[in-house]
Amino acid sequence: MSTEQAGPPTGAGPAPGGGGAPPDAAVPAGAPLAAAAPAGRRGGELAYFALRNGKLVAGLVIVLFFLLVGLFAPMLLPHGPNEYDIGPQGAPPSAELWLGTTRFGQDVYAQFVHGLRSTFLVGLLGGGVAFAVGMVVGFVAGYRGGWVDEVLNMITNVVLVLPTLAVLIIVAAYLQARGVAVQSLFIGLTSWPWAARSIRAQTFSLSSRDFVDLARLSGRSSWKIIFRDIAPNMSSYLFMTFILLFGGAVLIAAGLDFIGLGPTDGTSLGLMMNQAVNWGALQLGMWWWFVPPGLGITAIVGALYVMNVGLDEVFNPKLRET
Amino acid sequence: MRRYFGRKLFVYALTFFIAMTVNWIIPRFMPGDPVQSRLARASLQSPEASAAMQAYYERLFGLDVPLWQQYLNFWASLARGDLGISIWLFPQPVGDIILGAVPYSLALLLPAILLSWVVGNWFGAYAARNRWLDNTVLPVGYVLTATPYMWLALLLAWGLGIVAGLFPVGGAYSFALTPSATPEFVGSLLQHWFLPFLSLFLVALGGWAIGMRNMIIYELESDYSNYLEALGAPRRLVRRYAFRNAMLPQLTGLALQLGTLVAGSLLTEIVFSYPGLGYLILQAIRNQDFFLLQGAFMFIVVGVLIANFIIDIVYVLVDPRTRIQMQGGAA
Repeated sequence: MSTEQAGPPTGAGPAPGGGGAPPDAAVPAGAPLAAAAPAGRRGGELAYFALRNGKLVAGLVIVLFFLLVGLFAPMLLPHGPNEYDIGPQGAPPSAELWLGTTRFGQDVYAQFVHGLRSTFLVGLLGGGVAFAVGMVVGFVAGYRGGWVDEVLNMITNVVLVLPTLAVLIIVAAYLQARGVAVQSLFIGLTSWPWAARSIRAQTFSLSSRDFVDLARLSGRSSWKIIFRDIAPNMSSYLFMTFILLFGGAVLIAAGLDFIGLGPTDGTSLGLMMNQAVNWGALQLGMWWWFVPPGLGITAIVGALYVMNVGLDEVFNPKLRET
Repeated sequence: MRRYFGRKLFVYALTFFIAMTVNWIIPRFMPGDPVQSRLARASLQSPEASAAMQAYYERLFGLDVPLWQQYLNFWASLARGDLGISIWLFPQPVGDIILGAVPYSLALLLPAILLSWVVGNWFGAYAARNRWLDNTVLPVGYVLTATPYMWLALLLAWGLGIVAGLFPVGGAYSFALTPSATPEFVGSLLQHWFLPFLSLFLVALGGWAIGMRNMIIYELESDYSNYLEALGAPRRLVRRYAFRNAMLPQLTGLALQLGTLVAGSLLTEIVFSYPGLGYLILQAIRNQDFFLLQGAFMFIVVGVLIANFIIDIVYVLVDPRTRIQMQGGAA
């Protein structure tokens, strides 16, 4: 009766809601059900196609590049991201200060590499929490069915229509001290619904298969069936869902930081843009202050999305270009 | 029909109820007693505002009555439309301030959402099965959806506004003018509106194009398309059928994306100091004006719920299957 069921089997999979991820991004419903060859041979085959997939390789290279920069570059710096008077105030990029300085003489490059760290951390933690909640809700609703499904579906729909950022603003505004972990937790708790929905749909179609019936007959517990029999058969789908949640969490965190509700200690890419706007970087033409942080976010999230399309082609033989 | 809309309305009512309860719980139960610290901070800013705040909190949280009664009082004042007095623009009521900002937000959001949806679908439909277009639309689309709203807004404000000097950056109209119905004022209004609109429109565009492209490819591979092609139907006809089928998930996608789009408009308004709800929220946070913040939150939730319901209605109008199903269910 509901609209979702009335449409065609929403081919291109989940339309990530709150996260700002692209609608109908890259996860076709067919993917996880395809190919169930013996594990060893399948791994080799996947690696073969993965290495020959331009999108996957390009996306992975970009993400790994920023990850390594975020991990190691801060260690090589003699000063912290928020130290004042590292160089002249408001200096454009130069050979010594690669990304110039802020109006207070802070090193933009130092802020950028430290900001990358918190970006990856928020993505991992926020995306991780959302993924965990989405999995539990999706598996239980899809496997149990009946009134459990009804109740969980209702909760999912409620959180789905709530405008995520508005809720986060209210919560964050009342928190006295905010850290990356707390921020990630709240982002995760508000951005799981679309994942739960699509995992539920997958579980639903898998749990009517013969091998699940057999597992049930053999007296396995429900959790064992879910994690041993159902989840492995949609592992590629789960992985892609996590990537989209990761990207969504990064974007939401950037928005919150930009409003000025980011971590109260340390720095982040969103916070850099917040400070740039607050201190008139636009009017002063200090483009090096606000271009790099946004570029970093766009590159990481964009690379993740493109990677996802590549992964999809690797996992789903139907989509491979011949 | 009644069952379908009844179910939807129930979810929306429940959402509203939960959102408002969150709105009540958070200031009440956050660690460190925010109410007291707000009062302390406000009394430093202006004593009158502090008195109004004290009175409001007392009425709202009625610090000496039991919790359930505090909760009922909260709903009673909501029902009266009493959202409190703003601290930032003391002594204006929060409701009035927000009603003044809503038209600006809507003027940005509605055209940006509708146009990006239409244009994005159109691009996506053309890109499917067209190698050259596909190779440009797809990467551009992914970059656009991955762009943080405020960053594109910053780039446009800097590039087109400050460097090229084509558009003003900041405010909804020139401060030299007073609001009136003259062509000069309307022109200024449009000039100030264009850049925030453009940046919202562009970020939203990519997602729709990608979604439509994927859906069209999926539809063109389905049996009915193959059958039509085997019959020798012209390509245009087949594509038209595919497009109509692909529209439906895109419509559902629109409902799912509403929250993100609203969030995007809040961020965009902040960059351009455009006096909509986003700008109010920023001012509210800066001035510790929590009544204004919570009032804006309520308006956003209600707006998103109403928009969702409108999409539900449109879905029924567009999809003959839902209609027939519902008539069948009623009979």
